[in-house]
Amino acid sequence: MNWFIENISTAIGKKLLMAVTGLGFVGFIFVHLVGNLNFYFGKEVFLKYVETLHKLDPLIFVAELVLLGLAVIHVSTGTLLFFQNLRARKTRYAVNKSAGGRTIGSRTMPYTGFFILLFVILHLFQFHFIDRSQMTPYDAAVNTFGNIGFALVYIVAVILVALHIRHGFWSLFQSLGLNHEKYMPLIQTVGIIFAVAIAVGFAFVPIYIRAVI
Amino acid sequence: MSSKTINLTLKVWRQNRKNPAGDLETYQANDISTDMSFLEMIDVVNEQLTEQGIEPIAFDHDCREGICGMCGAVVNGRAHGHMPETTLCQLHMRHFKDGNTIVIEPWRATAFPVVKDLVVDRGALDKIIQAGGYISVNAGGAQDGNTIPVPKENAEKAFNAAACIGCGACVAACPNASAMLFTGAKISHLALLPQGKPGAKRRALSMVRAMDELGFGNCSNEAECEAECPKGISITEIARMNREFIKAAFS
Repeated sequence: MNWFIENISTAIGKKLLMAVTGLGFVGFIFVHLVGNLNFYFGKEVFLKYVETLHKLDPLIFVAELVLLGLAVIHVSTGTLLFFQNLRARKTRYAVNKSAGGRTIGSRTMPYTGFFILLFVILHLFQFHFIDRSQMTPYDAAVNTFGNIGFALVYIVAVILVALHIRHGFWSLFQSLGLNHEKYMPLIQTVGIIFAVAIAVGFAFVPIYIRAVI
Repeated sequence: MSSKTINLTLKVWRQNRKNPAGDLETYQANDISTDMSFLEMIDVVNEQLTEQGIEPIAFDHDCREGICGMCGAVVNGRAHGHMPETTLCQLHMRHFKDGNTIVIEPWRATAFPVVKDLVVDRGALDKIIQAGGYISVNAGGAQDGNTIPVPKENAEKAFNAAACIGCGACVAACPNASAMLFTGAKISHLALLPQGKPGAKRRALSMVRAMDELGFGNCSNEAECEAECPKGISITEIARMNREFIKAAFS
């Protein structure tokens, strides 16, 4: 086990941790988005979907534990990387310009990551840790987004998630060594489309609720 | 074609050996021919400074034809200046305009301590090479050149990686001061060739560990290194290093 810890704590080991856990979140958020689409078909369809999901309960519990594990690894490794990278350049440049490699997504990665963490905690308290005998998840959404402040917070948050994905998606392939001139342009494009789909797909739920319900 | 001259204001990082707290000093560079290289411009300024009794600006340089990797400074926030695939010695003053202010700073990385002014100690890159950037062969009569077949494509790829001159611009340009493009290029050019295969696993592990121990930052795929590399080395070399590392670390 020693060799494993030693290798995983190198600079490449840490980027592999970020990539693999990030891939887990990409998978999760995709399923989450597909699930949310049920919302547009009305209360009954949505609650039926929730019910179907809870029929898989032991599996859901395992999935939640896995996600929690991924989050602990992703956040702690990311925090470590942030501080190590600050230390790697103690004196900053007086003038600093990009040569064109960075994107707004890559530039803001640690910061969007931090705000996404705060948002996920808020989101869990508003939708996950609720008394289900008192309130259905459908009502929770209608209540939460009835508040314009929360609706805006959620819209901003999913835009931050999209920015994080814009860099994270192609970046995780690069970290896993899957960069080939034949496939990378496709991976980059899919990443951008995916990021936009996430932002639009999630942001329209509060807009839909406020406009229609 | 007659040569044009321009006047510039330079803000240069000055730091002596004894006092690590340096500062940006302002100098005038007048009547600079646009045919000069950036280093020749500093030569001219240094002559003026010497005449005024001011210590000349210390900077690294050697071949002045863009192939040795000795020169380099961050010019207006860009490693080796703003021209693509150009070393500082090959950056010509015609790319600047009369009246420009140019800020010149040394490579900034904890692993590259400033020795004096624009001179930094890039010994850390040598230590990465010492950790495994070589092949081990028994001495003896030289083999015939073509006994080991190398596919043309691999030879080309290895050559692209081997174009690295070790100037350190990738580290200087990286927002995290990471040396992954350098190490990736060195690991790649050996891993692609048959002579490099026997030691590939040991090399990948020990060079990556050396990189960490020397205080370089971690790569976060910002791709600034690729954009600044004077030899146009691609981050696909970093991906190849990642593959080499995965093969070595988890098999």
